[in-house]
Amino acid sequence: MIKSAQHFLNRHVKTRAALLLSLPLGWMIVIYLGALFALFLTSIWKIDTFTSDVIREFTLENFTDVFTDRAYFNVTIRTLMVAISVTLICAVIAIPMAFYMARIAKPSNRPILVALVLTPLWASYLVKVYAWRTMFYPESGFLQWLISPLGGKSPGFGMIAVIIGLTYLWLPYMVLPIYAGMEKLPSSVLDASADLGAKPGRTFREVVMPITWPTIMAGSVFTFSLSMGDYITVQILGGTFQMLGNVVYQNFSLNLPFAAAVSLIPVIIMMIYLAGIRKTGALNNL
Amino acid sequence: MRVTNLRKLAVLVAAGTLVLAGCGSSDDSGSGAYEGPLQDTPGTINVLAWPGYAEDGTNDPNVDWVTPFEEATGCTVNVKTYGTSDEAVQLMQGGGYDVISASGDASLRLIYGGDLQPVNLDLIPNYVDIFDNLKDRPWNTVDGKNYGVPHGRGANVLQYTLGKVTPEPTSWSVVWEPNSPAKGKITAYDSAIYIADAAVYLMATKPELGITDPYALDQDQFDAAMALLEQQKPLIAEYWSDYTKYIGAVQSGSITVGTSWQVIANVLNGEKATVGAVKPVEGATGWSDTWMISSKTEAIDCAYKWLNHIITPNVNAQAAEYFGEAPANSKACALTANPDHCNLYHAEETDYWSNVYYWKTPTEDCLDGRTDVKCVPYSEWVKAWSSFRNK
Repeated sequence: MIKSAQHFLNRHVKTRAALLLSLPLGWMIVIYLGALFALFLTSIWKIDTFTSDVIREFTLENFTDVFTDRAYFNVTIRTLMVAISVTLICAVIAIPMAFYMARIAKPSNRPILVALVLTPLWASYLVKVYAWRTMFYPESGFLQWLISPLGGKSPGFGMIAVIIGLTYLWLPYMVLPIYAGMEKLPSSVLDASADLGAKPGRTFREVVMPITWPTIMAGSVFTFSLSMGDYITVQILGGTFQMLGNVVYQNFSLNLPFAAAVSLIPVIIMMIYLAGIRKTGALNNL
Repeated sequence: MRVTNLRKLAVLVAAGTLVLAGCGSSDDSGSGAYEGPLQDTPGTINVLAWPGYAEDGTNDPNVDWVTPFEEATGCTVNVKTYGTSDEAVQLMQGGGYDVISASGDASLRLIYGGDLQPVNLDLIPNYVDIFDNLKDRPWNTVDGKNYGVPHGRGANVLQYTLGKVTPEPTSWSVVWEPNSPAKGKITAYDSAIYIADAAVYLMATKPELGITDPYALDQDQFDAAMALLEQQKPLIAEYWSDYTKYIGAVQSGSITVGTSWQVIANVLNGEKATVGAVKPVEGATGWSDTWMISSKTEAIDCAYKWLNHIITPNVNAQAAEYFGEAPANSKACALTANPDHCNLYHAEETDYWSNVYYWKTPTEDCLDGRTDVKCVPYSEWVKAWSSFRNK
């Protein structure tokens, strides 16, 4: 029986391809797109206001609630600001780091440097965020100890703490794609630039940056999307500060359809973002 | 060969269906309570509890009333704790839990949602010793059917760090008024039910609003409570719902005063006294908790045994003492490690509880009996809270 199946598949190439692809494609459609669709579907349902049970009747009330309440517009803007700040800071730190790792450090040391960039990822997310929490304690934290002799004051919990925490968490995701891109950079173009009289700064700006731009964009997809959706770091480091993820977290237990409507905001923002950077070729560098 | 395999499969499927049908029939308790008698079938119960209610020795090896239960009954217990009633309702609706310690603001939502089953009190011998003023109350009894056994009650206390907040506060004004000496180091409970705490303060400070029950607020009263919360917001360091995070913040000094549970103060005072906890002069919100059984449980015998075990005088005494609340079993008072526990928590004083407003779920029909106005239902509280927190 197995033999005959083999013969059949040998002769029918298209059937074979379809069978091979059906599993991963099925996964993609059912698990990923299916979940997004379920999210959308939930957002147009009602709830029983007393028991919080979902009632499967059509309503647009969740969307009018999201779009007419100024609070949710503000929280969207704040979330965007955090995601953009985290992405920019990550890029500013990661570009020179990756350049050093890929072009200046001895080739034999490069694997060690890559491993060092990866080490934070070996520790649990929560451990790292709680470590930052102890550093940010307004009176007894490490930052206060560090800054107070200079006459400063620890920022305490809030937006700044969230930005610093998220930058720390997502930095490796920015460094690695840029490193990969810079490693592929042919030495000949750098040499040519130098031969034609460009100083190192100009070579970096006009040769290295344009070529590695897609990899920076690729890294930004990670840092931006991970920051958009985060709520745990915000809970731990944010004080009274909140982001979109926290709105979803606060509402999903009592008003699932409303939480679903809110969670479509980052989905839409990410779609716009991905469409915008598609042209740079970043998606080929993920 | 193939035919035999198919036949085997058919037999298996049929057997599986029978098993499922068997399980299904035991769920069929919507009409009434379990009739018993209790069987000695071993089983596993998943317990959904407030932190400190079902201790199995993992937090403190000396605090353990789950293991003795497992040894005595052969039932295995898995405990999951939660931080707010809203979280409890959501977890319970998701299924998979057999018993829950529900506060009054969760119990009715679960009962009307069909997530709980009525309880046959004849199968719970310890029920007779429960304080009478906890029996047959609106948050544990619906249409004359009892839905569980009372566990204990307490007030949400005002906690302050000794030496950091002077003079020692006796009024909630220290967390609400803009000139508070603890400005910037105040905490508040991160749940919509905290709006009732604002209402309790307004009952004392703005009697002209006419609030008599902090869970029965008409639109004007509700708006006043939200305005008070807005006034408080700049004073707040953090809102809390995770009590371990709260403890860390107090230890680090970033929070010095705010609403709390006695259990949190007890943990903080574990080695030496660092915080004080009082029920302020305005009164306080509070809880009265009930152990209840899921309508979908498959371990009904173990669930009943758990309900009986948890209100056994000595277990109820341990649990109440560990959590820092008044026990529900009248015989527990004689068995607490600190003989003064019941006096300390006013378990037997009816007067003390007169200005403790137990959590309950606000509904459109005013809970204080007013019929000339509509009250703001809990779903609107949640919306307002979410909007307030994200403004």
